[in-house]
Amino acid sequence: MSWEPVIGLEIHVHLKTRTKMFCRCELEYFAPENSRTCPVCLAHPGTLPVPNRRAIEMTILLGNALDCRVVEHAIFHRKHYFYPDLPKGYQISQYDEPLCVDGKLALPTAEGDLEVGIVRAHLEEDAAKNVHVGGAEGRIAGAEHTLVDFNRAGTPLVEIVTAPDIHSADHAKRFLQLLRQTVVELGISDAEMEKGSLRFDVNVSVRPEGSDELRTRTELKNMNSFNFAAKGIEREIQRQIQIYESGGQVVQETMHFDPGNEAAPPLRSKEEAQDYRYLPEPDLVPLEPDRDLVERLRAELPDLPGERIRRLADDVGFETAEGLVTSGRDRLFDKVGGDRRDVANVLMNQFAATGVDPGAVNAEELAKLIEARDRIPRQAFTEALAASGDAGFSAESYLGDGQITDTSELESLVDKVLAENPQQVEDYRGGKEGLLGFFVGQVMKETEGRANPKLVNELLRAKLKA
Amino acid sequence: MIDTLRLTAKQVNDLLGAGEVSSDELFAAYRAAIDARDGEINSFLHVCDDDPGEGIPIALKDVISTKGIPTTAGSKILEGYVPVADATVTTRCRARGLRVIGKTNMDEFAMGSSTENSAYGPTRNPWDPERVPGGSSGGSAAAVAAGLAPWALGSDTGGSIKQPAALCGLVGLRPTYGTVSRSGIVAFASSLDQVGPITKTVADCAFLYSVIAGRDPSDSTTVELPEPIEIPEATDLKGLKVGIPKELNDAPGIEPGVSEAVNATIELCRELGAEVGETTLPRSVEYGLPCYYLIAPSEASSNLARYDGVRYGLRVSDGDVREMYMRTRDAGFGDEPKRRIMLGTYALSAGYYEAYYGQAQKVRTIIRQEFAAALEQFDLLVSPTSPTVAFPLGAKTDNPLAMYLSDVLAIPPNMAGLPGLSIPCGLSEGLPVGLQLIGPQFSENLLFRAGHALEQAIAFDFVPPRLA
Repeated sequence: MSWEPVIGLEIHVHLKTRTKMFCRCELEYFAPENSRTCPVCLAHPGTLPVPNRRAIEMTILLGNALDCRVVEHAIFHRKHYFYPDLPKGYQISQYDEPLCVDGKLALPTAEGDLEVGIVRAHLEEDAAKNVHVGGAEGRIAGAEHTLVDFNRAGTPLVEIVTAPDIHSADHAKRFLQLLRQTVVELGISDAEMEKGSLRFDVNVSVRPEGSDELRTRTELKNMNSFNFAAKGIEREIQRQIQIYESGGQVVQETMHFDPGNEAAPPLRSKEEAQDYRYLPEPDLVPLEPDRDLVERLRAELPDLPGERIRRLADDVGFETAEGLVTSGRDRLFDKVGGDRRDVANVLMNQFAATGVDPGAVNAEELAKLIEARDRIPRQAFTEALAASGDAGFSAESYLGDGQITDTSELESLVDKVLAENPQQVEDYRGGKEGLLGFFVGQVMKETEGRANPKLVNELLRAKLKA
Repeated sequence: MIDTLRLTAKQVNDLLGAGEVSSDELFAAYRAAIDARDGEINSFLHVCDDDPGEGIPIALKDVISTKGIPTTAGSKILEGYVPVADATVTTRCRARGLRVIGKTNMDEFAMGSSTENSAYGPTRNPWDPERVPGGSSGGSAAAVAAGLAPWALGSDTGGSIKQPAALCGLVGLRPTYGTVSRSGIVAFASSLDQVGPITKTVADCAFLYSVIAGRDPSDSTTVELPEPIEIPEATDLKGLKVGIPKELNDAPGIEPGVSEAVNATIELCRELGAEVGETTLPRSVEYGLPCYYLIAPSEASSNLARYDGVRYGLRVSDGDVREMYMRTRDAGFGDEPKRRIMLGTYALSAGYYEAYYGQAQKVRTIIRQEFAAALEQFDLLVSPTSPTVAFPLGAKTDNPLAMYLSDVLAIPPNMAGLPGLSIPCGLSEGLPVGLQLIGPQFSENLLFRAGHALEQAIAFDFVPPRLA
């Protein structure tokens, strides 16, 4: 018998607001422990939540991008459980009246679009962070004691729940990448897994191909990269198939992966039916978004990544198009002239390896460089790509022909540029070191881009230091 | 020179304004009264040696956060807890120069009707120290009645201002829900909690309400007052229609002496020019109390979850974190909070929510509609505030249901979010009887006007005879 996997995702995204969801503590990753706290987020007696307007707007923006209905009347609920990371003894979340419902996100695939339903996108606050001390690898098992860092407590968090519309580990991974890129481009989150600003849980079950039943699912947690997720999901699919094929039954349980060790088998725990005793939050009034605001935010939606993948796929093929868009390099690609496949290839490989911010690159210069790449040494090409995001970057200087590498010639040009720009020199020495690019640019202008940038940089630094 | 027993807050303030006394002399006079009399009454949990300000003193119920001054809500679990910020009402009092003379005793977390549920011992009624002052704001009421503060703030969730004001012969306002900020008020049942004044006169009450009321950005449930508060001067009730809800006036358990005093006052309403008629609240009185005892404990079980020993307050360390939670909460909470946490936890549990909390919310809507209908016909409604006068200490401590019934008349309008003013309307067995005036939302000016007119006609003496 052949089996079809059924996969649903729950994605948590930290919103990039300046302050927390219900108090005005500033959000800052890596701030000293418990330095971003106040009586509200420490749940002192009598303190009350005041919602963050920006977080609500960001959630509406996301709801629009995910083609959700932004409801006219949403409410916050209290979700109760006792744990040291939850200062109030409840989390303010949304329950049966979330802000955004009934959306979809079409995932472009090589075989056409896969429409994934978005059941809901709701707003809540994150818990604090428990730091387990004395146990193995900071895990709770065997820890001597636990410290709590409340900096994270109250960070605005959007939870996005998909319908079980995904049917392969590969699509799950691609969907996560697409969704991540979407929230990043909306400007509502960094969505960085290393920082914990993007987390997700995966629900997996399998069923006989052609059937539409929903069998017992398991929940996979703690997978901290998209590749890890793809492998973990695939492994779980195979495990469930094996159970059914040997006549067994899948048990509903949660699989906690070890984020530090992909190969380790997940810890399994019985899914206890937690009773969260949901209570409509009496400290907050219902959330009734202004319809004009909703419409305005809808009108402001940028060109979304899924759409761009579809468009680019015709030019460069689906895989490359998806890669360019989900890595945020397709906009640069659009601007860089030349053979489409060559440019795509460089952007996805050598350029990607440099880690240069695509937004900082002068597309015209990059186009010249790519066009000439077969005529210059590989080393020079790599160096040039690495420098392509620098201010004043000129492809010319890496192309070899007529490059000025004579130190004395360059030195006199550098002197001239410094002499002509006394104010900038003073500013630089006063700490505005970003002006280095300006000086490099001036020298390049003098030489029509033929000066060796490395030498120019060195000379400028030395002279500006004097 | 300063007769703290007899002087109203306005009179004290006038003395200060006229330069006859200094703010410090006033503070010292009330401190001296506390030193002389509070050993017996036990109305204060904390007395301030000094407090900044240029005005007259005020006593605050210990549920109100005061920066740098201990705030325990009458509970062991908050013993030694000192807030880092003032509640909004404290800030507003300070902005008018009021000086905090102390924090008053109360039933633990405002759960009770006699102040006997305080973890720090009961407060005694200045009219008769063998009797309770009512609760939960019993400390505030007793302090004002005994002349230990010119006025005080209390909080009212299910009658906790109106009932002690009634039992101590004072004026108490439970304001319209949403007009007074809850920011910095130790929460009991958030959808019902409201801070309000306990004073010797209706005019004092109106003035103090005008100080604390109004929208506060730090409490999303607050609103701006639709009109400014006026200090009442009316001496008649001409043009007012006064409704007598039969269920609130004939409820079982109302003492004959209480009915007598209230009926006499209803007659007085007629004499003062009001049109008086009977009305009905068919289900509000029967179901108000049960409905309250589902909603309030449900919210309380949630609001009290934060007292876990992790960040502040009492911690009983032993074993792992679960053990610590259990020991801390067992040692820190008294019987009544424990009882309500259990009730509320049960009512919110999966499978019971709809039958209990959900159903109670529906009943609450019905109560709201019933009051709205009655208030279509009448400008205000009157009834006894409490079915009984002050009862002896210990009389109801073994019977929580009997204790709960003490608020059977005060609770229904609270469930509807309506304001209620209790004024003293006479004596029964030598003890004060309270009259409850109920109006539509935001009708405080009307309640003050009517209350003032009745007050002038009744001429009740708020000084307990045994202290006079």
